Formats: sequence, structure tokens, C-alpha cells
Amino acid sequence: MKHEFRVTVGSVGFRIGSDWKQPIDQLAALYADYPTPEIPDFTVRLFAQRPWRRFIRPSVMIGGDYMLPDAAPLSLAHGLLAAEMGMNLQMALGQRRYLLLHASAVERDGKALLMTGHSGAGKSTLSALLGERGWRFMGDEFALIDMETGALHAFPRMVSLKNEAIAVMENEVTAERLGPIMRDTPKGDIRHLRPPKEAVARMGEPAKPALLLFPRFGHASAVRTVGEAEIFVRLTQASTNYVALGEAGFDALSSLVQKIPTRAIDYPDTQSAIASVERLWAELA
Amino acid sequence: MTDARILVRALVDPATTQDFDAKGWTSLIAMARAEQLMGSLAHRLDGLDHLPEKVAQLCGDARQSADHARRQALWEAEMARRVLAPLGEPVVLLKGTAYVAAGLSAGVGRSIGDLDILVRRNALDAVEQALIEQGGWEWVKDDAYDDAYYRDYMHELPPLIHKERDRMIDVHHTVLPLTAKPTPDAEAMLEDSMELANGLRVLSPADMVCHSAAHLFADGDLAGGLRNLWDIDRLLRDFGAEDGFWQALSERAQRHQLTKAVARALRLAETLYETPLGGDVASRGRAGDALYVRRLFARDGWGRETRKLLRLAFYIRSHWLRMPVMMLTKHLWTKWRKS
Repeated sequence: MKHEFRVTVGSVGFRIGSDWKQPIDQLAALYADYPTPEIPDFTVRLFAQRPWRRFIRPSVMIGGDYMLPDAAPLSLAHGLLAAEMGMNLQMALGQRRYLLLHASAVERDGKALLMTGHSGAGKSTLSALLGERGWRFMGDEFALIDMETGALHAFPRMVSLKNEAIAVMENEVTAERLGPIMRDTPKGDIRHLRPPKEAVARMGEPAKPALLLFPRFGHASAVRTVGEAEIFVRLTQASTNYVALGEAGFDALSSLVQKIPTRAIDYPDTQSAIASVERLWAELA
Repeated sequence: MTDARILVRALVDPATTQDFDAKGWTSLIAMARAEQLMGSLAHRLDGLDHLPEKVAQLCGDARQSADHARRQALWEAEMARRVLAPLGEPVVLLKGTAYVAAGLSAGVGRSIGDLDILVRRNALDAVEQALIEQGGWEWVKDDAYDDAYYRDYMHELPPLIHKERDRMIDVHHTVLPLTAKPTPDAEAMLEDSMELANGLRVLSPADMVCHSAAHLFADGDLAGGLRNLWDIDRLLRDFGAEDGFWQALSERAQRHQLTKAVARALRLAETLYETPLGGDVASRGRAGDALYVRRLFARDGWGRETRKLLRLAFYIRSHWLRMPVMMLTKHLWTKWRKS
């Protein structure tokens, strides 16, 4: 394709091709500290639906090795989001080496904290915040579980901040670590955040899952225990490849559920969320 | 310009990948995925010691994925078997599921989507009823025109999907649309089919090749053509040494009015995959083969479709083959108005 960018996130290599220069330049800036794969795991394509749509009301179609048949195109102004969605799609549909959990993760002392929940629950924001406050950021979207060892592998892609989370992180980090702000995307306002340098430098280091939280934003502070069966079912729903992995996926997931201390936490604001996380970590991890 | 020739070379002679650089491997993998041949390629490359680490890893993943596809396909066939067994009707597995159920080379590493079965036309109503009422399958879409179209003119029921397992089943009563020119003898296919240990059936070797060729050259627009032709290559290599196979193939092709399609399939398999041929089915002229080859290779190193005009021509041809021109006009008009 006309423009190309390659990047390795965690242990996964991507090749992103585009009919336009803009999204490729934006990716190159945000992923400047990341290594370049020789042979990528996945190919993503950002292309015009019709040749003239490269120039007139340019609209970006998302394709690649793995595709959804009826994905809607995005405007060129949201090209960076299109690249992110294309990369997510490859992971969600094509990744078979790890059990994939739709979860964020941070690490301390070789042990990992996993957070999962519905979109808007705050898993992404919390992981980004903790990543600025003494934890190693391991990823805001996918947690990769090694099916033989049970270890968690990092996937620290650029953090996708949505709506209110944008202001929270703008107060936390310098402007050079933030990508362009994209208004009115299908997912609301979006701005990308470059993870701390340390998170990228150490992304090859796995960690042992030590605490699993189901955070929920917008409620009075509360902590609840969750039964094993419920944890299991919620994690099968949070996994994009659980079914495709068959027995190996089942074994990996049940062994994770049996070992990892788990809590559901509600929080009214980020400060109290961080306080709960630190307290539970000290108690359980 | 790079085209799918490199994929075909790698499948035929995996050693040709020895000199690949990173770019070559990247193109090869993107093409193999786009053509649904990654699992087959991964099996062909298995054990070669010149593979870069990443390629070996991706091949391992692909083999595992194909294993899972195989298990799922066999399970889906078993689910259908349990529902249909009480009817006492022969149920013949077709395509991918048949290849893995019969342990054929064509099934090695193959991706398998829907479950395709062939039943007697007279049994169609009973089969449909059993699948829906006892099996838990339901209609994919509720559209009166499409539904009537399938029932009046097609070789299969409108697709059914399983409520819980989310897998589709295509129930065929013959192998080509009723509106197509050739009329394969479905009854003879059922009659000659062979029983597997679990009571399900697969087509006889000659009919299996006829069906695959019909699917490729007398019906579709050659989408997925490299994969279908790879199936044919593997089938011919499995069956070619059997006594009387080539004679039977010639007779069956004639009986099903598929001589042209089978001849084309054999010639192209020989051209692309160096398939050893016997008998005289393929020995007619090669007019037009070059166009087919160009169409089959129309894929670039990004996994993108190329040669748009040629693709369009084959697409139009596929409709042309499917139905007479007045009917096609009416069909496209209805479809256009509805969209």
C-alpha cells in the first residue's frame, strides 16, 4: 500500500498499510519508542471504499488479515481510531497463542493486577493512572494469558482515552504524550496516550496474575466478593478467543479463576478507586 | 507485481521458500490468510528448518486453529446426525466436513465454515422440520423473496443457523442451482455414496471431485478458488492411484453433465499444483485457461484483491451460469429495488 508503518506491541508485530499519509504519521509519532517487527503477526489495511473517496469526503475502511464483514467506515479525521480498531480486530479474531482477556493490567514486584468490566467501567483510565503512580503499565485493552504457565504478557498499546478520561489524564501527563483529539467518533471523544517509556522498555517481561478486579464507575465506594462461577462466566464473556482455543482455553481460564483473588469494586471518583486498589492489593496480592 | 503465484509455489514445493526475505514471508502469510489457505500452508511448511522463528510460530498457531476447526466441524456433523438419524434417510457430508470425516489429505489444515449436507429431494421437508423442531436450528433471515427464491430455484434450503452454537448448516438436495445448465444426477450421487463408521456418508471419490469442480467452475465467481483447487489437487493425489478411478471420473463427469467443469479443474490443478493426472478427462483444449490462472492469482502482498475488472467479469459470468438471462434480469431488478 502507499503508506506503511510497522510496530511491535508486547510480543505482537503489526503491519499497518494506508491509502493516506496522515494516520501513518500519527501512529509513527505515538509509537516512536516501540520496536519494529521484521515479520509481523498481523496486517491491517486502511483503505478508501472507492478510489475517489481517497480525496472526496475521504472515508477509511478497516481491513486486514481478519475482518468483520459489515464494519462501517470512519472519516479520515478519525483515521487513528481506525488503525486502533484494525489492530484490535486482528487480536480479537486472530490471536491464538494466548488466552485473550478484554482487560487492563498493571504490575508491581512481578505481580499483576487485572481489571475488567463493561466499556465505561473505567478499566482503561485506572490502568493509565496507576501507570503514572508507581505501577508498570501492561495494557489498557487486552491481557494475554500464557496457556502453559498462566503468566500474564503485556500488550501496552497506546491508551485509548474516552470522554471524561481525557481530562483526567491531561492533568496527569505532559501534552507531548497525547495524540490528536478526535471529537464525535462512534465511541465519543477519543484521545490517545503514549504509555510511559518504562512500560515499553519492559513490555517483554511477563508477570504473575495476583489480583483481579471488576471496577464500576459512578457508584458509592463498595467492595464485594464474587463467586468462582460468576468470575468464570464473566471472564468467558471478556475473552474474545476462549471458544476458539477449545480445551486449552478452558484449562487456562479455570486455573486462573481458581488461583486469583477477586473483588468487584464500585467507585465515585478516581481518587477513591486508587485508594481501594492500593488497600486490596496490600491485603490480597 | 507480486501475485498469489508465490503462495501456490510454496504449497507445491515448500522448499521454494528457502530464499524468502522478511518481505516475502509477510506477503506469503497475508495471501495465505486471505485465501483461507493458512492452515494448509502451515502443514506444508511444518518441520522445515529454514523457517524464521516468527513464521514457525504463526504456522504453529494456524495448525492449532485448523485442529480446532476440524473438531468443531465433526461435532457439528454429529449434532446433525443425532437429529436426522430417526428419519432413516441417507445424509451425505459435503466439502470440508466430508474431507476431515473421511480422513482425506484435503482436510489437513483446512478451514471449515458451514456444515454442508446432501439429502434426497423428497426428504427435504422432513429434514428441514427435524432440524428446526428437534435440532434447534433456525432461519438466518426472514425474507419472503429470498426464501421463495431458494425453494424454487436453488440446490439448497435457505441457510439455517443453530441457536446456541451459532453454526450454519446448508442442506442440499443437489449440487448446482436448478437454473444452471448442467443437471447433475443427485440421485446417483446419493446411491454411490459411502457409509462412514458413524452412519453418515460421503460421496464416492469420483463424485467428490465432480462436486468440487462443479462448485468451482460451474457455479461461483472463483472466490476462494485457490483453496477449492487445492482441495481438488489433494483429492486427485489421494484417489489417483486407486484402480479404475480415472475411468470412473470420466463416466461420472459425463453423467452429471460436468465434463467441462471437471476437465477445467483437472487442467488448472495440473498447471498450478502440478497434480499428476490420469485418464483422458482433461485432454480437451486449454482455451481460456490463462484467464482463469490470472484470476486465481489476483491477490497482492497485502492480501488485497487485484485485477478488479477480471474479477468483475468472473462475477458476471457466475450469474450468467446460474440462470437464464431474463430470469437474471428479473432477479437483479428485485434485489436492486429491495436494497
